[in-house]
Amino acid sequence: MKGNEALAESAIRAGCRCFFGYPITPQTEVAAYMAKRMPKENGIYLQAESEIAAINMVYGAAAAGARAMTSSSSPGISLKGEGISYMAGADLPGVIVNVQRGGPGLGGIQPSQSDYWQATKALGHGDFHVIVLAPSTVQEMADEIYDAFDLADEYRTPVMILADGMLGQMMEPVSLPEKKTEFPAKPWATTGHRNARPHNVANSLHLKPEDLERMNVERFERYKTIKAREQRAETYLTDDADIVIVAFGACARIARSAVNKAREQGIKAGLIRPITLWPFPVDTIEKSVAGARVFLTVEMNMGQMVDDVRLAVNGRRPVEFFGRTGGIIPTPVEVLANIEQLASSTPAAPAAECVGGGAR
Amino acid sequence: MKTVFERPKSLTDIPFSYCPGCTHGIVHRLVAETIDELGVEGTTVGIAPVGCSVLAYDFFACDMIQAAHGRAPAVATAVKRVLPDNVVFAYQGDGDLASIGMAETVHAATRGEKITVIFINNAIYGMTGGQMAPTSLPGQVTQTSPLGRDTATDGYPIRVCELLSTLDGVALAQRVIVDSPKNVRAAKRAIKKAFEYQIDGVGYSIIEVISSCPTNWGLSAQDSLQWMRDRMLPYYPLGVYRDVRAEGFADVAEAAAARAAGPRSETSEGGGR
Repeated sequence: MKGNEALAESAIRAGCRCFFGYPITPQTEVAAYMAKRMPKENGIYLQAESEIAAINMVYGAAAAGARAMTSSSSPGISLKGEGISYMAGADLPGVIVNVQRGGPGLGGIQPSQSDYWQATKALGHGDFHVIVLAPSTVQEMADEIYDAFDLADEYRTPVMILADGMLGQMMEPVSLPEKKTEFPAKPWATTGHRNARPHNVANSLHLKPEDLERMNVERFERYKTIKAREQRAETYLTDDADIVIVAFGACARIARSAVNKAREQGIKAGLIRPITLWPFPVDTIEKSVAGARVFLTVEMNMGQMVDDVRLAVNGRRPVEFFGRTGGIIPTPVEVLANIEQLASSTPAAPAAECVGGGAR
Repeated sequence: MKTVFERPKSLTDIPFSYCPGCTHGIVHRLVAETIDELGVEGTTVGIAPVGCSVLAYDFFACDMIQAAHGRAPAVATAVKRVLPDNVVFAYQGDGDLASIGMAETVHAATRGEKITVIFINNAIYGMTGGQMAPTSLPGQVTQTSPLGRDTATDGYPIRVCELLSTLDGVALAQRVIVDSPKNVRAAKRAIKKAFEYQIDGVGYSIIEVISSCPTNWGLSAQDSLQWMRDRMLPYYPLGVYRDVRAEGFADVAEAAAARAAGPRSETSEGGGR
């Protein structure tokens, strides 16, 4: 199954009742699949007039208590920023899929990871985060969106699946999850009060600064819980690794090949693959700091997640970066060359005074 | 003692925050009376815009959603699709509906979404302090058209009912004014009809209400009523711009099919689906 189609089918099985979208490459298979399947599932498929309308439809459907999603690619996600901010402000759950392409601007249509900053730091205006999940296989495209709806409802927050054009377009065998039948109650939803309760309001406006501050502080308390409970990462050969690669999504597959090749040469390389990009898996990074000599972040951008790795490592080890951008996928050979260079240039024992950062 | 006048059930007891002479209060009341009379308070979901009437979510006693600027029709679309048996209305001002939200407005209308839109046209941005609106009149002085709206550079005001009446999804498009008891009663009838069309599944309905903004017009409440009559009505004539039932159709689908079949079908029986 194509990654985009596996994701769409799994969303339906997770109880997604509404899909609102707008055509953009390379995510269009999600919309096409939904257009075909949703009517059969008694669900709602609607091609919106714009990305802005689509995300505001997700906002409305979420307020009405339905599991709802939209999908797009990088330029379209910028347009959705407004609605995502309003969803966060009104504490509405929903799922947004970004099948990334190169940027900025219209950029290109080849795979990229250049929306990492946007997804994890500033998906819209205001003080908020969304949970960001980064699949690296077609199976994970299915598994992560299946979980995303539960996470969104549990924490009343938007959740983003940050994929890329490579994962969306590639075909792999996939085992699809069972259809969910039980869903959490939503007593806050604006479904009509039936004269049985006070009126519900979905709203992000708080004109009194004290009220707005209280709402934001409460939301960040929830974020603390998310950080404590929901960090996810996969580790590969990190136990004895001198050189720890950090890579997510499609890039992690390439990094893994490079780690295997390095091991064949006797270089002790390992891989940390963040699955949640927010919350960033700082606990996993922390565990590897003591044994590692150096970190190497590999991304399909000019260096974005490397900021979070440096924050987690906090100057205790050098953190290097290698990336390709513009829609170019780095090759295992290129990554291996970076590993080899680090193996030959990094001192055998951890340096007493590590310079935080480390230039490219 | 007999009660002769009371607050509609569909309004909360929170006092309106509107300026003296502003017509939002009248229109809120008409919408609330309509909801009461149709007995749908328990199943109505209202969408509040961005602008002076943003706080409508505090004033209406039904479930309410506050939408981003201009996006109320998109939000309303989704709510109605998820809850087709509920009544869904959007309450929007001129900047919200006809400027930043024009795409959402046109597309909700052309899809024939079974929602009701109450459109407050007072020819100015109220909440932000009196800037030029898409419906500000030629020559009208506002904070951002200090020499008067110059149509050579600012273009012409948009006649929303006329524009939307060309779209096949529109069941009812009517312009009313709330400047006198008689016209307030007429506005009430139009609003009620718009809700009834939604409940009967006829199509998208919009009631444009010519409204006032004494504060930003710099006029007294009384003079504002006169300004509405003297200045706004010539540009924005009252009337019914689309009413598919009055044209003899059951709903927008029937009307659209007849229109697509061409003029000849007008002699046949209304045109089937």
